[in-house]
Amino acid sequence: MTEAGEKNVVGETERSAASSAAARPVRGEDCPSAGPSRLPDGVRPPALEARDLTLSWDGAHVVVADADVTVAPGEVCCLVGRSGCGKTTILHALAGLTTPMAGRVLLHGEDVTGRPGRVSYMLQKDLLLPSRRIIDNVCLPLVLAGMRRADARAKAEPLFERFGLAGCERKWPSELSGGMRQRAAFLRTYLMGADVTLLDEPFSALDALTRTDVRRWFVDVAAELGLSALVITHDVDEAVSMASRIYVLAGAPAAGEPSHVAGIVTVDRIASESFELTDEYLAAKREVMALLG
Amino acid sequence: MAAGSAPSRARRVLTPLATIVALLLIWQAVVDLGLVPNFLLPTPVQVVQSLVEDAPLLASHLVTTLGEAAAGLAAGVALGFVFAVLMDRFEGFYLAFEPLMTISQTIPTVAIAPLLVLWLGYGALPKVVLVIISTFFPITVSLVSGFRSVDPDAIDLMRTMNASRWQIFWYAKLPAAAEQFFSGLKISATYAIVGAVIAEWLGGNAGLGVYMTRVRKSFSYDRMFAAIIVISALSLGLMKLVELAQRVLMPWKRAEGKQK
Repeated sequence: MTEAGEKNVVGETERSAASSAAARPVRGEDCPSAGPSRLPDGVRPPALEARDLTLSWDGAHVVVADADVTVAPGEVCCLVGRSGCGKTTILHALAGLTTPMAGRVLLHGEDVTGRPGRVSYMLQKDLLLPSRRIIDNVCLPLVLAGMRRADARAKAEPLFERFGLAGCERKWPSELSGGMRQRAAFLRTYLMGADVTLLDEPFSALDALTRTDVRRWFVDVAAELGLSALVITHDVDEAVSMASRIYVLAGAPAAGEPSHVAGIVTVDRIASESFELTDEYLAAKREVMALLG
Repeated sequence: MAAGSAPSRARRVLTPLATIVALLLIWQAVVDLGLVPNFLLPTPVQVVQSLVEDAPLLASHLVTTLGEAAAGLAAGVALGFVFAVLMDRFEGFYLAFEPLMTISQTIPTVAIAPLLVLWLGYGALPKVVLVIISTFFPITVSLVSGFRSVDPDAIDLMRTMNASRWQIFWYAKLPAAAEQFFSGLKISATYAIVGAVIAEWLGGNAGLGVYMTRVRKSFSYDRMFAAIIVISALSLGLMKLVELAQRVLMPWKRAEGKQK
């Protein structure tokens, strides 16, 4: 598929969503090559932008080709693709843990390609340190940055209530349920302090009911805190229930066909107690699945 | 706790205790009934008697052995720790020393002990060196595999938090290695006592090993058994001490225990 063809798909799949509360203007998408310097004064650059990202596992075998991903400030986007399509490779590149073969990663217009420690980062595994109490686990990014332990605790403690962790401060990770551990991991991610958060299948390991609750809670907290986030997942339900825009990654790198962004789906995120049962939800899900092929 | 999932504490203590008492009774009966001549096998009662009679002498030898074992164990742990950190940090160091360390463990202790006495004299030094040699390996191996047990994703996560190499070591690797380290330390503690006794046996002026060679030569096998009891008690005591240290230094383990 040519680049122009991809852009067409993007145009078609961007459905008119004027009524949607979460539909935000997305800059930089119409002209992905425009740099921050070309933006008019007063216009904020995207929170996170990946341009023409080409990635490989071993330096020769291309896994992802020319991927463009843009997350506006305060927006939760999703990158969805089948297992083995290179999602984690993209995540590592966006987190600065690896340097791409080609392309750049911009954070608020600043080039951060190959520089770790600039975005917050959360995985499916909670990766809480078993040897530290919950309070010290969530404080870890602050302490690693040189903050005194008492100051870090004082900063984290007021957030426990909002993150649904009240009373867990002095517990060990092994004493918490899976859902609570993910909440703690998310609070730690939040305290990393970067205003862009990358989440790799954050809640897909939880049981179905907990998963639905935690996703809903995440959407609320993210909106309240004004988080810009990119959720990377293979789970279409996770994508549709969490994101306002979904980038669909298609391809089969293992078979020599690098993955590319096949289209972008906008979700009409209507305020509903059971959003997962609405027509809007199902329409978006159908669209994503069609693009996944 | 689920019904029938684990025996009660009383049962766990009383069952092995009853077994030991039964074996001692059989032993006593075998000698009393003349099935084995008394000059070859002392009775448990005779062993306890000589243990009491020789208590002051045993205590003075015990102090020597314990000192050698403790010094050797401390040095072995320190050396093992340094080696493990270097092997974890430098791939080349790991490749260079890993096979050598395995080979060093195939050398029988009883074979090198007389050589050490020959080279280092009859004092405490050859004993301490032998203890270092026999404790160093389990410590190094347990630490290296513990350091390597950390999830690479956890290290990546810490890198995104701008953690330094030292911070990754302190927050992730060291605690991850703690459990295996204490298992290794428990083994090493018993090796330390046995190593010191063997070295004394093969040449020395004081220590439980020396005491044992002397009572063997005078055919006082009851005293021999008394020394064995002291050595066993010492090893058990050291293992308990390690367990205690583990409980204090790994509080999160207790929480995990409660969960199960």
